[in-house]
Amino acid sequence: MKIQILGTGCPKCHKLAAEAEQAAKELGLTYELVKVTDINEIMGFGVMITPAMAVDGKVKFSGKVPGVEEIKKHLK
Amino acid sequence: MNYWKQEWKSFLTITVVFLICYYLPVGTPRFDNAVLEAFHLVKWYAQEHVLLCLIPAFFIAGAIGVFVSQASVMKYLGARANKVLAYGVAAVSGTILAVCSCTILPLFSGIYKMGAGLGPACAFLYSGPAINVLAIVLTARILGPELGIARAFGAIFLSILIGLSMHLLFRKEEEAKIAAQMAMPESETKRALWQDSLYFASMVFILVFANWGKPQSSEGLWASIYAAKWAITSGFAILLGVILVAWFGLKAWKAALTALIAAALGYMYPAEPLIAFTAGTLGLTIFTSTDEGELGDWFSSSYDFAKQILPLLLGGVIVAGALLGRVGYEGLIPSEWIAGMVGGNSLAANLFASLIGAFMYFATLTEVPILQGLIGSGMGKGPALALLLAGPALSLPSMLVINTVLGIRKTVAFVSLVVLFSAFAGIVFGAFYG
Repeated sequence: MKIQILGTGCPKCHKLAAEAEQAAKELGLTYELVKVTDINEIMGFGVMITPAMAVDGKVKFSGKVPGVEEIKKHLK
Repeated sequence: MNYWKQEWKSFLTITVVFLICYYLPVGTPRFDNAVLEAFHLVKWYAQEHVLLCLIPAFFIAGAIGVFVSQASVMKYLGARANKVLAYGVAAVSGTILAVCSCTILPLFSGIYKMGAGLGPACAFLYSGPAINVLAIVLTARILGPELGIARAFGAIFLSILIGLSMHLLFRKEEEAKIAAQMAMPESETKRALWQDSLYFASMVFILVFANWGKPQSSEGLWASIYAAKWAITSGFAILLGVILVAWFGLKAWKAALTALIAAALGYMYPAEPLIAFTAGTLGLTIFTSTDEGELGDWFSSSYDFAKQILPLLLGGVIVAGALLGRVGYEGLIPSEWIAGMVGGNSLAANLFASLIGAFMYFATLTEVPILQGLIGSGMGKGPALALLLAGPALSLPSMLVINTVLGIRKTVAFVSLVVLFSAFAGIVFGAFYG
């Protein structure tokens, strides 16, 4: 699966990327983590409040860093 | 040669650091004095502003981030929003939406491409950084209430003018709206609006009354409030405690314990209210940070702000202190230079200040100590406001991002409008208060 982290590079975006990586590893998924930093591309997802996470192009949540456990729920 | 390809950066760094150390102007009076000034200034900030002013402000900003639904504001800035209302909301919503500077640009391009369009987006971009809670509180506290109020209202008023001008300039261009749906975080409401409002009000009043300045005369309403400020502050602190227990699920014994310790310390050291205030804040910190639910979220959001902003701010204070010195003292840069460039209230001084502000990058809130230094060195009140208005709204890096969103023509127009309107506001303000 393709996990996309949307954010222009603020500290929260890095935190979310790290948590998503950890969640995916703990679930034993085969995944590809992509950071989307271009603002126009982020808009293409319809996201205005960063950071946000999308799985296979579908936005799961935006505007928060929800913690590893909650990210796992979105990855399953 | 490969060796140097890898190493030239480190080598250059070492050489530069060495040269700086070699020629370090220790011993020259101006340099030694500037170092002292930097430490004096950072000490003054730590003593006067961190505990009573910044820490409560961090808690408020954290609460806004956790408990205020951004989606509820954004619906007024959506594609089908009422156009007149959208300008008003865009101009003031920075208070709620823009608590962190890195959120401004995505929101701006979102409003432009998916929402209410160019005008409201520009209004939001201009006023957002100036009217977030931390910026207002710190500006009013350090630079004085006039500049604080002028900054907040100037930003709101001018943002509408700039938004409308942008809309009129480019009204013929059809904007290709992205078909994407706005993806908004889900918001769940647990409390009624008035309950949340009371919660915010209790914190804002703690902040206001704990920082109540000593008035000039010893009589009248202001003086009576000043005399009773700690009693009033305690009253609102108790209110906050009751609210947290009643509506936020804080255990009653935790609130009571905190209140008891704070009251006891206040009674033992009546001349040092800071001790009791710190004890209360510590209690709040301990009991919110160990909470698993929304109180824990509140704390971690507040703590994230503190972690992000405090180092930048104190770093900015040290640099400003070294370069400009405290009020009435001189740092590395001679005061006559400052007074010559941005002293008084001429058109040139105001334009220069707003132009510098537009291009320079200010890390979150560092514009405040820098301005304090500049004003102390002879900058006029008008140019100070011009810089405050144009500064945080724009910087060279943010212009580059705006350019990828708006294109070069609109970006140039926006930057010019920001510079001109900010200078104009400076002239008007300087004429009254200069």
